[in-house]
Amino acid sequence: MASTEEIRADLAEIVNEVTGIDADDVQLDKSFTDDLDVDSLSMVEVVVAAEEKFDVRIPDDAVKGLKTVGDAVSYIEKAQAAV
Amino acid sequence: MTISVDTTTRHSAVLGLGLYRASRVVPNSEVIEGIDSSDEWIQQRSGIIERRFALPEETVVVMSVGAAREALADAGIEAGQVDCVIVATVSHMLQTPSAATAIAHELGSTAAAFDISAACAGFCHGMALASDMVRAGTAKYVLVIGVERLSDITSASDRGTAFIFSDGAGAAIVGESDEQGIGPVVWGSDGEQYDAIRQTEDWRDVVAAGSTEMPHLVMKGAEVFRWAAFAMAKVAMETLDRSGITVDDLDVFVPHQANMRITDAMARSMKLPEHVTIARDIAHQGNSSAASVPLALRQLVLDGEAKSGDIALLIAFGAGLTYAAQVIRVP
Repeated sequence: MASTEEIRADLAEIVNEVTGIDADDVQLDKSFTDDLDVDSLSMVEVVVAAEEKFDVRIPDDAVKGLKTVGDAVSYIEKAQAAV
Repeated sequence: MTISVDTTTRHSAVLGLGLYRASRVVPNSEVIEGIDSSDEWIQQRSGIIERRFALPEETVVVMSVGAAREALADAGIEAGQVDCVIVATVSHMLQTPSAATAIAHELGSTAAAFDISAACAGFCHGMALASDMVRAGTAKYVLVIGVERLSDITSASDRGTAFIFSDGAGAAIVGESDEQGIGPVVWGSDGEQYDAIRQTEDWRDVVAAGSTEMPHLVMKGAEVFRWAAFAMAKVAMETLDRSGITVDDLDVFVPHQANMRITDAMARSMKLPEHVTIARDIAHQGNSSAASVPLALRQLVLDGEAKSGDIALLIAFGAGLTYAAQVIRVP
């Protein structure tokens, strides 16, 4: 099972690929919209890439609840644990 | 007793293209009022700088006839030679008769004529029908039109769609050719997402409620984006595969001009090489639903960015949800 830090780092890489934001800025306490300026369409791209990378399903309804990078990382952790 | 039928199979190809852009150029500054938005936000969200709206006299029939005449001239045939007129539209505001018979008549044709309803994917559905008709010998020449006046069914205050939709027409002549110029269609539907893009209400409910407002189009943006950008990229790759084409063989990519962000995400997901010309007609036309693919393709030809003989991938997707895609050789 990947550690929280490993998931955060992989997710940061995805955010960087989709938006060009520096991966080092993608920290657990950062808000996708307020701090990282990731808009809802980019968020969909990040989510789809994350689904492939982490082999989890993140439905649109759940995406709305992922305010911070930490929210996304813990959602992925829980989804992986449930498999 | 057997029923006699011609069993010869012919080759079909696109022989000519035409377009008609609605006259009124509507900049973002005009649509931001109703949706409390900004030019920057619209461009960043959609890549749209301005869109075309039809004048009152630019009806679905008028715009279609304009595009059709250009396509007939481009193919070098007369209207009287056309055996079938297929019109893809969701904004011909009469339940019946179809727009197609009026268009055929205006062109001076008494060909078989009918409308099809597959929303933004309508034109590529029509191309599939036309290609098969020509291959089977049902028709020698088919006129396929994608046309919309979406400004009639768009709410200026709907934040999800007011800045997206537009008006225009595109046309293609499909006919016999020495070599095959249209690949197999890859198409389908996903009715589970029936309400992802839809008209707000049934006309009967509008009347029953005593409303004086037209129903309008609404869309679940994030859901549609996910489906269009990713599921459709897979359909695009399957379409190339079915025609025996790789992305390296491809010259031109003409996706439905839904949103520049969808086009970009599709191109990334498909790993399209640098040399492939990608249609970005949406920047100045907006999303004209069934008209978008032929409008974008014709413009690339007029601009010299798509050349005769080039291999182009057409893919369109929209309400239903519906999708259709095929590889063609540019006429």
